[in-house]
Amino acid sequence: MESTIVKSVDYNAYFGENHVVKNVNIEIPRNNVIAVMGPSGCGKTTFLRGINRMHELIPGATARGKIMLNNEDVMEMHPIFVRLKIGMVFQRPNPFPNLSIYDNVIAGYKLNGIKLPKADKDRIVEHSLTRVALWKEVKDSLTKKGSFLSGGQQQRLCIARAVAMEPEVLLFDEPTSALDPISTSTVEELFHELKKNYTLIIVTHNMQQAARVSDKTAFFYMGELVEYDVTKQMFTNPKDTRTQNYITGRFS
Amino acid sequence: MTQLEHEIHDIKAEVLSMWNLVESQVKKARTAMFHFDRDLAREIVVKEKRVNAFELKLDRDCENIFALYCPVAVDLRFLLAVLKINNNLERIGDIAEGIAKYIIESHGDFNHTLFEEIELVTMFDDAISILADTRIAFEKEDTILARSIFKKDEVLDRINLGAMQKTANCIKSDINLVNDALYVLSIIRKLERVGDQSKNIAEEIIFYVEAKVLKHNDEAS
Repeated sequence: MESTIVKSVDYNAYFGENHVVKNVNIEIPRNNVIAVMGPSGCGKTTFLRGINRMHELIPGATARGKIMLNNEDVMEMHPIFVRLKIGMVFQRPNPFPNLSIYDNVIAGYKLNGIKLPKADKDRIVEHSLTRVALWKEVKDSLTKKGSFLSGGQQQRLCIARAVAMEPEVLLFDEPTSALDPISTSTVEELFHELKKNYTLIIVTHNMQQAARVSDKTAFFYMGELVEYDVTKQMFTNPKDTRTQNYITGRFS
Repeated sequence: MTQLEHEIHDIKAEVLSMWNLVESQVKKARTAMFHFDRDLAREIVVKEKRVNAFELKLDRDCENIFALYCPVAVDLRFLLAVLKINNNLERIGDIAEGIAKYIIESHGDFNHTLFEEIELVTMFDDAISILADTRIAFEKEDTILARSIFKKDEVLDRINLGAMQKTANCIKSDINLVNDALYVLSIIRKLERVGDQSKNIAEEIIFYVEAKVLKHNDEAS
């Protein structure tokens, strides 16, 4: 039986008075890809950012309820530790423009003041770039700037940067919306590989992407988790009319 | 209405046009049989080409929607069901054509007493009625009506089961009836297939509307 790695219990998130995530209860199994979808403003990104405590960084943002990582409340952990365990990749590839490809991969260690011997750094860089299927493409240009890479490669570099910290969970906020179809396809293939070692939670507007890459899908609407089910079930026979209307494009 | 809804609406209209044609083919087969009308039988054979053309067009149209719109949920189920219904209807068209060919091949009018003895009239009427009911069930997304097809198909099965013995009895009573009796028995067999195809269609309607799979599930049917 699959064990639960992330669990939200009556999770609510607010921006000031604005109640954006309402009483979300969800259990995310380990080594699964979970797609989170819903119309703009439904609270999916806020929920995602709540998982690794990034929501609280926004002025006026508050949260109620619990996010559990391996049965421990993330609010009771040090935020840096939470973000080491739960990495995040954003919509637009954001490698550090002035750092080399090599230094981008180990940026998490540098920024956290963790000093590593050169051999360890080399091993982490090769391992992380291999995990994101980028090693063969960049192994001879590790000293070049991250911005030298194409959009798709930059996004994989950002995933490598997250992977370098050996997280358990990776959060993706619309990770391919700024990429061309070929790069999108490469990143999607990568998801299938990454789930062998990590649990992936992906916010996406692209329903076909959700259908292609995820094991389970969560549909959010107006801050509520309307439906959460196995993706195949969700895309063939959704239980809730709102889900059906959304995925078939009949949403008004 | 989204563009996909328009496309699906058009597909549904196309299926219903095909259905009307197929129903009309079976009705004409009945008339041609009972009135020994070879011209009408030839018309059925010619019109079978239109049924085939419908099948090809519907296949192509569904394929285009899959490629262009990536349908999901109820839309996906609808198109999957249409692909199978399309095939079932084409087979029913073949059955009407097969009956028409018997009429064309036959040396003369059939002995009408056989029609009553082997229940050919009931068989034809029930097959036509089942086909009409499945059409209405599809048009109105009426799964109660679709489920009633399973029961009605049993009548066709019963007649078909008894037909062999009745045919044998007719032949025993008058050996001159052997050719006609074998034709009538073959037509009974074909009409029984109309019932089976309609039952398959009813299962597809239930799959599309309720997302329930009844295929190979005799208890549910």
